[in-house]
This record gives sequence, C-alpha cells and structure tokens, in this order.
Amino acid sequence: MHRALDANNLREVLKYSALMLSELRTSKLSPQKYYDLYMRAFDQLRQLEIFLRDESRHGLPVVDLYELVQHAGNILPRMYLLCTVGSVYIKSKQAPSKDVLKDLVEMCRGVQHPIRGLFLRSYLTQVSRDKLPEIGSDYQGDANTVMDAVEFVLQNFTEINKLWVRIQHQGPGTVREKQEKERNELRDLVGKNLHVLGQIEGVHLEMYKETVLPRILEQVVNCKDDFAQYYLMECIIQVFPDEYHLQTLETLLAACTQLMPTVDTKIVLTQLMDRLSNYAVSSPDVLHEFLQVEAFAKLNNAIGKVIDTQIEMPIVGAMTLFVSLLTFALRVHPDRLDYVDQVLGACVVKLSSGPKLEDARAMKQVVALLSAPLEKYNDIVTALTLSNYPRVMDHLDDGTNKLMAMLIIQSIMKNNSCISTADKVEVLFELIKGLIKDLDGNAYRGEDFQEEQNSVARLINMLDNEEPEEMLKIICVVRKHLMTGGTRRLPFTIPPLIFSALRLVRQLESQGGDMTGEDLPATPRKIFQILNQTIEVLSSVPCPELALRLYLQCAEAASDCDLEPAAYEFFTQAFILYEEEIADSKAQVTAIHLIAGTLQRINVFGVENRDTLTPKATGGGYSARLLKKPDQCRAVYACSHLFWVDDLDGIKDGERALLCLRRALRIANAAQQMANATRGSSGSVTLFVEILNKYIYFYEKGSPHITPSDIQSLIELINTEMQSDNNGNTRTHSDPFFTSTLRYMRFQKQKGGLMGDKYELIKL
Amino acid sequence: MNYLRGAFKPACNISITFTDGKNRKQVPVKKDNGQMVMNPLFHSQETIAGKVCIEPYQGKKVEHNGVKVELLGQIEMYFDRGNFYDFTSLVRELDVPGEIYEKKAYPFEFPTVEMPYETYNGVNVRLRYVLKVTVTRGYAGSIVEYQDFVVRNYSPLPPINNSIKMEVGIEDCLHIEFEYNKSKYHLKDVILGKVYFLLVRIKIKNMDLEIRRRESTGAGANTHVETETLAKFELMDGAPVRGESIPVRLFLTPYDLTPTHKNINNKFSVKYYLNLVLVDEEDRRYFKQQEITLYRLKDESS
Repeated sequence: MHRALDANNLREVLKYSALMLSELRTSKLSPQKYYDLYMRAFDQLRQLEIFLRDESRHGLPVVDLYELVQHAGNILPRMYLLCTVGSVYIKSKQAPSKDVLKDLVEMCRGVQHPIRGLFLRSYLTQVSRDKLPEIGSDYQGDANTVMDAVEFVLQNFTEINKLWVRIQHQGPGTVREKQEKERNELRDLVGKNLHVLGQIEGVHLEMYKETVLPRILEQVVNCKDDFAQYYLMECIIQVFPDEYHLQTLETLLAACTQLMPTVDTKIVLTQLMDRLSNYAVSSPDVLHEFLQVEAFAKLNNAIGKVIDTQIEMPIVGAMTLFVSLLTFALRVHPDRLDYVDQVLGACVVKLSSGPKLEDARAMKQVVALLSAPLEKYNDIVTALTLSNYPRVMDHLDDGTNKLMAMLIIQSIMKNNSCISTADKVEVLFELIKGLIKDLDGNAYRGEDFQEEQNSVARLINMLDNEEPEEMLKIICVVRKHLMTGGTRRLPFTIPPLIFSALRLVRQLESQGGDMTGEDLPATPRKIFQILNQTIEVLSSVPCPELALRLYLQCAEAASDCDLEPAAYEFFTQAFILYEEEIADSKAQVTAIHLIAGTLQRINVFGVENRDTLTPKATGGGYSARLLKKPDQCRAVYACSHLFWVDDLDGIKDGERALLCLRRALRIANAAQQMANATRGSSGSVTLFVEILNKYIYFYEKGSPHITPSDIQSLIELINTEMQSDNNGNTRTHSDPFFTSTLRYMRFQKQKGGLMGDKYELIKL
Repeated sequence: MNYLRGAFKPACNISITFTDGKNRKQVPVKKDNGQMVMNPLFHSQETIAGKVCIEPYQGKKVEHNGVKVELLGQIEMYFDRGNFYDFTSLVRELDVPGEIYEKKAYPFEFPTVEMPYETYNGVNVRLRYVLKVTVTRGYAGSIVEYQDFVVRNYSPLPPINNSIKMEVGIEDCLHIEFEYNKSKYHLKDVILGKVYFLLVRIKIKNMDLEIRRRESTGAGANTHVETETLAKFELMDGAPVRGESIPVRLFLTPYDLTPTHKNINNKFSVKYYLNLVLVDEEDRRYFKQQEITLYRLKDESS
C-alpha cells in the first residue's frame, strides 16, 4: 500500500487498503486485541486520507472516488474506505456534509457484527468529529444545520448502542462474565458519541429538550439492558451541562423510573443530584431556577417512584437514595426544613413497610441520613423541629440507635448548642432514648457504656435556660427520662441533673429572695423536693456514697437559700444513708469528712437542729465508731471545726471544739498504746502533730479555751514520743512535719505583731 | 521450395478498414484464446462502410472468381462449435472474376444495417458480427478474411419500472422483507434497496447480494442452462436483530454485464437475477432469487 501511495496509483492504493482492512474482518480477536488492530488500521487510513485529499495525486474527483470505493465486495473494508473518502468529501465541500454524513451512517448499518460494527461506527465518529455542521464550523451552511449534526450523532449513537447491547447475546451464557468485561472495555466507544453530542456547538436548550434528550432516553430505555442503561445514564449526566439537566429534570427522571429493575438507579440518581447540587452551590444566581422547576419535588417524586417500582431493590439502596436526596435538599435549599422533613417522612414510610432493618449497610445509610442535617445545620435545634426525625430513628437497631444518639450528642457538644425549651428537650431525649433506657435486656459492657453515659451526663449540662420556669420544666423532663434509665445508668446521669438543678437554685437565689412566693412555679423549695426524690432513687440503686455526696450538696445549697427544713431533711437523708448503707470503713471515713465539712459550712441551722446533727457526726456519733483508731482520731479532730466556724456570725463554741481535740488526743494516745502493744514499738507521732496543728489553728483564731500551756504540753508530749521512737527504729515522716510546725511557730514569734504576741506565750 | 511455400501461404494480404475507424469507439472483446482485442463498435441501423484492401505478395498475382464482402450476424453454440448460424447476411460483390496484380482497394457500404441483436460472449454461446471478405478462387480455395465488430443497441427507458418488493421467510426461523428500487436497471445503474429483518431466529454470519447470469441455450429438450455468478457483494456482516434494516447499494459499473437477452433467434436467452444470500454460522445458505432486467441506456458515455 505504501508503495502504491508513493506511486500515486489510486487503484492499487484502494486495493491494498481494502486488503489491509480485510484484516479487520476477523472475529477471533478479543476486543482488546481488536482495538490494537483497529488503531493500526486507523493510522494507515490517516495516510490514505491525506493521499485522497490531494486530488492531484490520484486525479479523480472526489465524487467518483466516493463511488469507486463502494465497489469493494466486502462490506467492512468498503465501509472503512467509504468513511475515509466521505470525510475527504466533506472537507472538499463538494457536497453538503449532512448528506454525506447521513449516507455514511445509513450505510454503516450493513455491519451488524457487534464488535466490528462498534469499531466501524466509532471510526465514523472519529473521522466526522471535526466535520459536523455545527454552529461556527466551516460546514455549516443554509442546508446544513446543527440539527443535522445532532441527527447524525444521535443516529450513530443509537446504532452503536444497539450493537453494544448485542454483544451479550453472542455466544453461550457461560461466558457471560467475560462478555461483561469485554463490554466494559468497549463502552468508551459508545460514550464517545454522547461526548461528541455534548460538545456540539449550538445545541440550545430548546433543542436539547425537544429532540436530543428524548431520543437518547428512548434509546436508553428501549435497549433493555441493565449494563448499558446504567452506563448511558451516567454518561448523560456527565456529558451535558447542569443547566440542561435542571430544565429537563422531569424527562430525565421519568426515564430513570423506566430503567430495568437491575439497574443501579440509585447511583445514577445520586450522581445527578450531586451534580445539581454542585451546580446550585456554584453560583447563587441559579437558585431561582431550581425553584422555578421545582427540582426538589420532582426528584422526590422520582425517587418515590423508583423505590415503589423496583420492589427487589434492597433497603440499603432505598436508603442511599434518600441520603442523596437529603443531601441535595440540604445543599440546594438549606432554608427549607420541610423538604428535609419530607425526605425523612418518605424514609419512615419505606422503613415501616418492610421488616425491621437488619442489613448493616442499610443501617449505615440511615445513620448517614440522620447525620446529614446535623452536620449541615450544626445545630441540633433544627433537627429537633423535624417531626419525622425520631420516627426514622425508631427503625434503627439498638446498637445503631446508640451510635446515632452519640452522634447527636457529639454534635451538640461540638457546636455548643444550647437547647432551651422543654419541648425541644423532650424531643431530644426521645431521640437519644437509646442511651437512656434499656431497649432490650443487653448487658452493659465496658468502656462504651461508660462513654455513652458520660456523654449523656455532659449533655445534661448543656441544657440551660435563663428563664427559671422553663429551666425547671426542662429539669422535670430530663428527670422523667432519666428515671427510666435503670440502675446502671443513674449513677452517671443523676449527678449532672442534680447540679443542673442546683445551679438553677443558685440562680433563683441570686435573683433575690422575694421569689419564694407560692404562686411561682419555680421555687427553690419545689426544686429541692424534686431533688430529694431524685436522690432517693439513686440511693436505692444502690449507690449510697454518691447519694450521700449529693444530699450534702443539696443540703448546702438549701442552706444557701435559707431553707432550713430542706437542708435538715437532706442531712437526715445523708445520715440515714451513712448509717444504713455505708459499710466500708474507708468510705465511712470519707463520708465523715464530707459530712463534717458540709455541716461546718452550713449556717442555716438553728441551734436545735444543729445540736441534733453535730453530735451525730462527732464524738458520740459516727466519728467514734470508726474502725481504726487513727481514723477515729482524724474524724474527731475534724469535727472540732463544727463548733468553730470562722465567720463573723458563725458559732464559736471553743469549749466543745477543745473537747473534740482532747478526745482526739485521747484516741491518739490509745492508738499509740495499741501500736505499742501489738508491734512492740510506738506508732508514729503523726496524729499528735496533726492535733497540734489543730490546736495552733484554734489558738490563732482566738479560741479562749486553747491555752498556750495546752500547746506547750502537747509539744512536749510529741517530743517524748519522738525520743522513745528514735530509740529503736526508723525515723518516720512525721518528723519533718513536726519540725516545720515548730518552725512556723518560731516564725510567727519573730514576726511579731498581734500574732507574734500570742506566740510569745508559748515556749518552745 | 518457394513454390511450395507459396502454395500454403495466402497469396495476398487482405485488410479491412472502416471509414471512420480512427474515430470510432473501440471496445475490448475477449477472444477465444483469452486475449483481449479492441473492436470497433456499431449500433443497429448504422451504415457500415469501409474499404477492403487486397495486396498480393510481391511478384504474385491473384486470380480469382470474384471478391465479395459479407456482413454476417452469427450465433455459435459451443456444443456445436464451428457451426455458425447466420441470422443476418448481407453481401456486396466487390469485383468480377479476374486477376489482381497489385494492391487494390474496394470501398464498400452497407447502409442502415438492421442488427437487432447485440454482440454477446457467453459460456455456451456466442453472438458475433463479422465482415467477411472472400476472394473466391477456383482451384486453390478461397482466401477469406474476417473483421469482427461489436454491436450494441440502446434501449429506451422502460415506461414501467416497478420496484421489487417481497417478503420471504422460513416459518419461525427467518422472515425478511427486501426491496430493490427497480426491476429494470441499465448497465451503469445502482441497485438501491434495503433488507428488513422481521424475524431472526438463526445466527446469521453475513448476507451477500449476488448478480447471477442465466444463460439458456438450445430449445426444447436440448435446452442447456448455465448459471454463473458475476458479482458477489457483501451487504451485511454479523447477525442482525429483529427490526434491523440493512441498506443495499450496489453499483453495477464494475461488473461485466450485458443487457438481458430474451430468446435471441430461438437460440438462446440471457437473464439476470439478483440473488440475496444469507449465510448462517453453520454455513447454511438461505437465498431468494429475483429476476431483473438489464438494458443499455442511450446516454451512457460508452
């Protein structure tokens, strides 16, 4: 052929070209190999085209040439040559390009073999690409309109697609998989047509709407091949501009519902929505177009239809669709909450029509569905107004439900959003009830549970409202929900509730005392009643230590509010707890210290009440009954503070304080002796030093009952104890403590002043 | 020796030239030995005129009992080779008996010769026109020289030229409908048409359109039919599906065709058929044959 080309011998050229092209008639090659062959032939044909274009080299007008190549006996070489000459023909402008193109595309019908036809038509596409009579091209004229170009490409596309679809009908079913693969390799050839179509200049919207799209879709729908439908829809969506999609949404969607049931419509729709929403986001000007065409309503309808018609579609598919629709709605119409709600509503309908969700992937999609609005609005409050939101959540299984609830809480935390009305709180807790209640009998395991409950606790702290009344309502609501939580949860959830309530109390208090009128719903008194009940529950859990602490907290708060009865009540409860429930000695010690500390700070009690309460704590009471002597000792000297509150109006009962200290001293002595008896050596002097410090404290505070001599004697006592201690064995850590105490006293002495004077009396 | 040689050699050289031989169109004709020679072309009703030159060899004289030129239309059956049947025979006496000593030219003319049949070269039969110059000699046998020429006759455009349209099929297997735009084509025509597949249950490999020539010779019991395929043109490659319509476009130019001849002098007929052949994957052939009439159209360039 090359030799003939060089020799400008037309007849030989054509003969050899045909010979070469006959190679393409083989059906033994796989598409891949065939493609290689095609490419090589393609290169050769380019040379041929160059040769043919130059009329001087072969001396035949192109019209004759066009006829001449049709003499070839075999159709495939004939058609390749015809296409080549045809392209020359168009270039020469001796005939209107539309006629030539039409002829070519018509004649190509002769090749019905799928692969060969596919390549032939793709060749046609390739050679005609730059010769379409589109707007702005040289080939456009009176007779050649864009319409013709479109017509040509469409027709070629139709045929090429038919061929492509037909591949699968070749050969037995056993090689189906292989065929699918082959078709996959070939699909670009088909897609190229659409690509060309998309690039034709001057296809305006009207034309697209009237002609192009319906024709393509008709083809897509009619080919009845899932693989092709899927790919082509994808192509359509990718190739044409967004604006067109928007305007023809209805048609496009209608086609979607007509696809084969096995087509993965959801991906198609998802892509479409993605594109549209990107488009919407890209410029704000187009938004009104969306409204104009009611994009959302149409999409919504279509999706509903798709789901309805494709009964076999797994639930996960439906969910994926909903997710994309929702995303679309969120992106395009962030202000239209009702859209979101609609989507969720549809989702509910779908979910409730089927059995309970079991598919993990579907579950995941639902979670995605539910998280989308959260992320978008960054504000749970918005989500709470969606009435269908909780209904969707109902369909999740417990694990996922919890997960979702966690997500919700995390979202709240992240955004610091504040939920400020009782209604919303109600809804919110309805949402996260997976965390709050036992939905089934599952055991609570490990960290997850703790983590979850901690989150709930944190959430409770986020609830806040300036308005006490509303806040009280919130608290009531929360409480109502929490109470259903069961014993394992209460220890986590009650404390934040209590503190939240206490915060409210303080707030009320700070607003002024006149708020205590009976007609107001939110009085501290009422709150304390609620609290009392709440904690009671906790103590039955059983979690007495926690309950005790909470009681004490409440008592303190009550005292701040000057509610003596309430405070007293709390204390009573605390004491009861202590007596009845707290058995562990260590816990007891802690409890005693807590009680003592609280009691000391509370100043609301009248003398009578105080007298009832304090002894309980001190000598005769709990302190003395502790198991270990040092604990006793420490508890007792701590109690001494109960009688000496270093406030202006605090009680200053130095005598009883001294009594306490003396008792402590006695106990310390006893402890020392016990240690001697049991271990043969005296114990540490730590206790003594500690008591000494207490002495010094009260002395400094000016208690009249603590005399310098007391202190002095105590110091001596310690010294002797220490000596006896030093005899035998190791020096204990109390040594430095004692030394520093002494140093403190010396320092005070040297400093002089009022305090110095006091210390002067003590001899060291 | 010289004498002997002279006895076997023709005594003179005879050449026949046509009056407008230089300008007249020549067409290639295949001879018996396979060589192509160019022969002048005439049409019916034309005047065939020319010159016969008789040139005796050097130093010889030709005695003769008369010189004549004949225009013969002959049909030759190959099974009866050498036996010509003349359907046309015209004679012109050129010379009275005498002697020729030197080169002598005789003009001749056959005005408006009726030549109803075309020259035809078939498988079993041949129709030819020939000018035969005979120098009659009494004792040594006549000297004969032939000059072939070709006759082609134009037909007018047929007044009725219907398309051929037909639906054929094998039940539950294959149903097609085909259409050719005409039933009468001139020799440089293009056959246009389409094949429409109504039902395809077999796996078709390809579809060809063949042009077949059916030449029947003899008459009655001796009729001998010979069919040859002149063109095989692939219309379709691969298996079509239902509803597919395959275009047909076949240029007749490249093929060596003649017009249809019907019952030429009760000796032979030549008919043409379009044969649509479908081949399936097991190489079974399904075909449908349709007769077409070919004619020669006047305004052809040839």
